[in-house]
Amino acid sequence: MSSEEFRQQEAELDELYRDIIIDHYRHPRHKGRLTAPSASHEGLNPLCGDEVTVEVVLDGTDLGEIGYTGSGCSISQSSASMMAEAVAGKSVAEAHRLIADFTAMMRGDEGIDPDALGDLEALSGVRKFPVRIKCATLAWHTLAQALKEASA
Amino acid sequence: MRQDTRDKVSSALDVNAIRGDFPILEREVYGKRLVYLDNAATSQKPRQVIDALVRYYESYNANIHRAVHALGEEATAAYEEAREKVARFIGAASSESVIFTRNTTEAINLVAYAWGRANVGEGDEIILTQMEHHSNLIPWQQLAAEKGATIRYIEIKPNGTLELGNLSALFGEHTKLLAMPHVSNSLGTINPAEEIVAEARKRGVTTLIDGAQAVPHMPVDVEAVGADFYAFSAHKMLGPTGVGVLYARRELLEEMAPFLGGGEMIRKVTFEGATWNDLPWKFEAGTPNIADVIAFGSAIDYLDALGMDNVRRHEVEVTTYAMERLRGLDDVTLYGPDEPDQRGGVVSFNYGDLHPHDVGTILDRHGVAIRAGHHCTQPLMRCLGVTGTARASFYIYNTRDEVDALIEGLKAARDFFK
Repeated sequence: MSSEEFRQQEAELDELYRDIIIDHYRHPRHKGRLTAPSASHEGLNPLCGDEVTVEVVLDGTDLGEIGYTGSGCSISQSSASMMAEAVAGKSVAEAHRLIADFTAMMRGDEGIDPDALGDLEALSGVRKFPVRIKCATLAWHTLAQALKEASA
Repeated sequence: MRQDTRDKVSSALDVNAIRGDFPILEREVYGKRLVYLDNAATSQKPRQVIDALVRYYESYNANIHRAVHALGEEATAAYEEAREKVARFIGAASSESVIFTRNTTEAINLVAYAWGRANVGEGDEIILTQMEHHSNLIPWQQLAAEKGATIRYIEIKPNGTLELGNLSALFGEHTKLLAMPHVSNSLGTINPAEEIVAEARKRGVTTLIDGAQAVPHMPVDVEAVGADFYAFSAHKMLGPTGVGVLYARRELLEEMAPFLGGGEMIRKVTFEGATWNDLPWKFEAGTPNIADVIAFGSAIDYLDALGMDNVRRHEVEVTTYAMERLRGLDDVTLYGPDEPDQRGGVVSFNYGDLHPHDVGTILDRHGVAIRAGHHCTQPLMRCLGVTGTARASFYIYNTRDEVDALIEGLKAARDFFK
């Protein structure tokens, strides 16, 4: 392998495991169970065994509290932590918009404003690793289900 | 690779010559030489097997058994010759006991439907182990739920072997079936199938052995094992995907109703009903996977020429070396038996607090293909208290140098996540 190819390999790995992702993996935010959740949903990635349970408390039309528990790879767990941080205190409608934008980014859709996603944009490097995309989106699909159950 | 290390690759096999037969081993992955250590999932294929597929399609492609033309006769002869080869390879008393399926999973499902539905009833018990692959678990859970039967699991000890205790106390009054893996795909544990089956037979308990991880890697004589049913797959032993084998005792096959209905499996058909074909064709409805079965015959020729004792010896050597090197890293947890002679060529491990997927991704970028995750044994992973493991699994073409590449990749993973 040429040194250029080698650098590209390393660069792609660095893109996948950006510092902020590793930071969330090592120091998760909003991790833990809520005392009285409006809804709790368990998401499983049967392919690899990643597990994330997302709990929410609704405060009117706002997402009052969010917490998650789970185990899995750095991508699945840091994505859950970053998601919880991003949606905490937002309205349910805003949370749904973020879920849609994030999953669109992971699909590689054009026309997503990276600025709107803030730190979450760091997870876009996962797209170069197709088998890991489900790791990144697991928490988000689980949040969508939890919100649906809480609003039902 | 340096010549001096190549010479020490193996005392049992000429690994350099073997590697020359596998075109895929010449390819690179992400600019690195491919190091394929995912053989428990599927093996690579030698040119001899690939050529057999091409030869069939290019020179005698035809449907089998009923054609009156030359191509059909040649294809039929080659297909049935493959069955004879399989029977010889596993020591089956008769090739009528060898049924071709799609894979191990289908072979087990065939038994669960054709034998299980007729013989397991309410209150009956099925014994499995905690180390079942989902393919030897789900069919029995489905059967038990349908019939009101219960399942009991033989537990595993911390070293990854079965907690067998007093064998004679294993079976209960209502035990109808014992099904278990010969070799664990997750832990590598070689189970004492012969002893357990012998005890089961004394008790009149029917037995099924999932041999998917055994037949490719060590000498297996199904008559010596003594199980009523024995299942394995071609693709894990140099053959193509899409071919599995169910060996079964003839008396049981004769009693059993067909699993799938259609062409080939019948003798006489009227608008009112049908009678069944002889064994083994009674269980091979529809046009079978002719090309892949024939090529599987070539895979068996290849393994026969190497000798399964040599295959086993080589794997023990590579596995021993891999376990030594892994133990040399700080903070590696190995799962399964400590002694390489008690396990197949499978090494499951975790490295520090690194998740196996993250390890797998970094290794992949170093050209090293391993498996990461639950290996289709989710309940076992819960017993071990992990969500998954990284698994390196070896075969006839793997070398010590490739184990070294695995270790270097692991060091890189550790540095990356420091």
